[in-house]
Amino acid sequence: MNPAPRFPRLLAAALLGVFVPHPVLASPGSAIESLLAVGPEGAGNEAASGAWKELVDSGPASLPAILEASGKASPVAANWLRLAAAALVERAKTTKTPIPLDSLEAALSQPTLPGSQRVLAFDLLQLADPARAKAVEPSLADDPVQELRRGAVQRLIETAKTLEGDSAKTAYLKALQSARDEDQTQAVAEALEKLGSPVDLQKHFGFLTRWHVVGPFENSERRGFETVFPPEEKIDLSAAYPGKAGEIRWQPFSSQDPRGKVDLNKPLGLLKEATAYATTLFHSETERPAELRLGCKNAWKVWLNGKLLFSRDEYHRGQQMDQYKLPCTLRKGANTLLIKCCQNEQKETWTVEWEFQLRVCDSAGTAILSTQN
Amino acid sequence: MLPRLAPFCLGLLSILPVPATHAAADWLQFRGPASTAVSETGQIPETPTIDWSVPLPGRGLSSPILVGDRLFVTCSSGSRQDLLELLCLETNTGKTLWRRALRATGRTMTYPKTSVAAPSPCSDGKRVFATWSCNDVAAFDLEGTLLWTRGITADYPNVSNSLGMASSPLVIGNTLVVMVENDSESYSLGLDVRSGRNLWKLDRPKAANWTSPVLWQPSPDARPAALLQSSKGLTAVDASTGSVLWDFQGNASSMSSCVVSGTRIFAPAGGITALQPAPDGAPPVSLWNSRQLNPSTTSPVLIAGLLLTTNNAGVLTAGSPEDGAVRWKQRLTGPFSATPVGAGNRILAVSEKGLVQVVEVSPAEAKPLGQLQLPLQEDTKELILSTPALRGNHAYIRTDSTLWRIGSGR
Repeated sequence: MNPAPRFPRLLAAALLGVFVPHPVLASPGSAIESLLAVGPEGAGNEAASGAWKELVDSGPASLPAILEASGKASPVAANWLRLAAAALVERAKTTKTPIPLDSLEAALSQPTLPGSQRVLAFDLLQLADPARAKAVEPSLADDPVQELRRGAVQRLIETAKTLEGDSAKTAYLKALQSARDEDQTQAVAEALEKLGSPVDLQKHFGFLTRWHVVGPFENSERRGFETVFPPEEKIDLSAAYPGKAGEIRWQPFSSQDPRGKVDLNKPLGLLKEATAYATTLFHSETERPAELRLGCKNAWKVWLNGKLLFSRDEYHRGQQMDQYKLPCTLRKGANTLLIKCCQNEQKETWTVEWEFQLRVCDSAGTAILSTQN
Repeated sequence: MLPRLAPFCLGLLSILPVPATHAAADWLQFRGPASTAVSETGQIPETPTIDWSVPLPGRGLSSPILVGDRLFVTCSSGSRQDLLELLCLETNTGKTLWRRALRATGRTMTYPKTSVAAPSPCSDGKRVFATWSCNDVAAFDLEGTLLWTRGITADYPNVSNSLGMASSPLVIGNTLVVMVENDSESYSLGLDVRSGRNLWKLDRPKAANWTSPVLWQPSPDARPAALLQSSKGLTAVDASTGSVLWDFQGNASSMSSCVVSGTRIFAPAGGITALQPAPDGAPPVSLWNSRQLNPSTTSPVLIAGLLLTTNNAGVLTAGSPEDGAVRWKQRLTGPFSATPVGAGNRILAVSEKGLVQVVEVSPAEAKPLGQLQLPLQEDTKELILSTPALRGNHAYIRTDSTLWRIGSGR
């Protein structure tokens, strides 16, 4: 890859234990390919380790190629690339070598580029020239990448705080339009409530609130999680099943919680060692990529149109909005969602909750609303 | 070309910092040498003072580690705590030499009191290994060159704990022992320090676990093993192969880690249980048990012929390592999350509210010496949850916002 003799450079490095400038790579392509090739359980790490040094030594000219590669990298490979890019920028700052900042800004101005590429572009811009990053930030308020919005939204909130009356309301409504993070949305909603414009958080976030639920099935010794009860085989809202304590049937249940929490203790009772299912239909205008975002402190499984998306058998370790992000593809028309939610045997006061909150959104966290109620 | 480089090299040698090779006094991992929290060559000042402090760029309760003239500490920042940083600082000045940042590939949710930068980094003197609650692992040389990185949750998607992970890794030979034990997909891993690839992967009890591995090598010719503690007991694992050497079943702590002295293990199990592993690989024999020595969330410390524990109420209790008999109790100002560190016949205990307390201990009594109140940030209600690092006559203590060097003012 590098035709220049390496021995003197390596010897000098060994003697000194310090960086000795590497001749510029003819092309960073193969080094980048080595980083992109890292696989599961550390496969390819040996090659990537050598390639990483070469890439860092290759200088700022490699930055656009690294940036582009990060858009197609796995999350782990993206970290290899990110660390190389940042080390390269740090070194360029030290040696006062020009950094192609325009390529970073160009990536940020193209919303169709992969999110990981644009997040890296912003982070590198912040590292290389914080003032320039600050200048770019307001343009990201409606960015398709949720985390890139945050700084811009915070500025909108700070501006709104300085205003009063209708001006404040207008400014907060503008912030609400862009806000996707729970804390920022909450701050905006509280301000708008005081200004006489309450916010429908269920709708803003896209929580699914109207369900049919059935239970309790058994979950003694936490075995219910792996047990296949009838709803996993066929959803029939008219069916009756043998439950934990007699015959059970589906019943409609709607959540009034602003954040769409479906509290199974309400329709089914304060139960322990129990399994429940909830199902609903979600109508999509088109076939499209989406995310199901779940918060749940009980063991759970989620299916979309009969396909298991993910499952987790952890109990009472905490719950928060968007705790789990489940990428999926919505089909055009009706989509069937099924969630299994298990309650365990613990008796402490902090183990009463038997609930979940589920929303449908895009990767920016923007709600996707069902076209039919 | 080489002859022409020589003068250049010699010239650079005189002006560029070259990291000192690590010494026995280094603090290479959580709880320092042999995970004892005791420095054999250190000194704890009678009256502690602040030498210097530097701001940190992110949250964390991981301990700093000390390798030669360098200190390494981890942080996490961002609205989702998904920016993971490893910083390298000069121990004498606190000056940042380099910092490296990753993005979390695993889940970053934690209980608010803890943070993603909970596990302490560790080193073999040549490399630094950092892990975070999201189970990202990264290895660097002392100059900040990336050697490898892994995303354990990317490999095993249900390896996580919604309260946060906190087990600190440990280097044993060519193996980096990483415990990623939790309620769901629960493992301990032996990673090759050179590549990060799995040397072994051991199924572990499906139970949340925040304890850290400890080296077990009862004699110089014994194969080094890792002690893996969980709520189900204590397991000794050959560090290079992952094969189980013996298993002690009992209710052990999932937070406080064990301490080893010679051929004995003092395990936080039902208070403290002293274990004597059998030479033939049979399960260890329980020598004694003391509920009065319950260490709550901190880990026990062996110093000056005493086994010391601190409880939730802030009481320092000294027991006999021989039979567990309580020698004395001394009320300190707690509560404590940090394990005390020791040198000579003194310990340095740091309360959650930032009160540094020096205590002289002997079999007969505890004698409180000097105290120092660290200026914690009131607006964020920050706490000290991190165990200090100790070397020479300096202790290094961190919070979410600040790293302090504590000395004697001389």
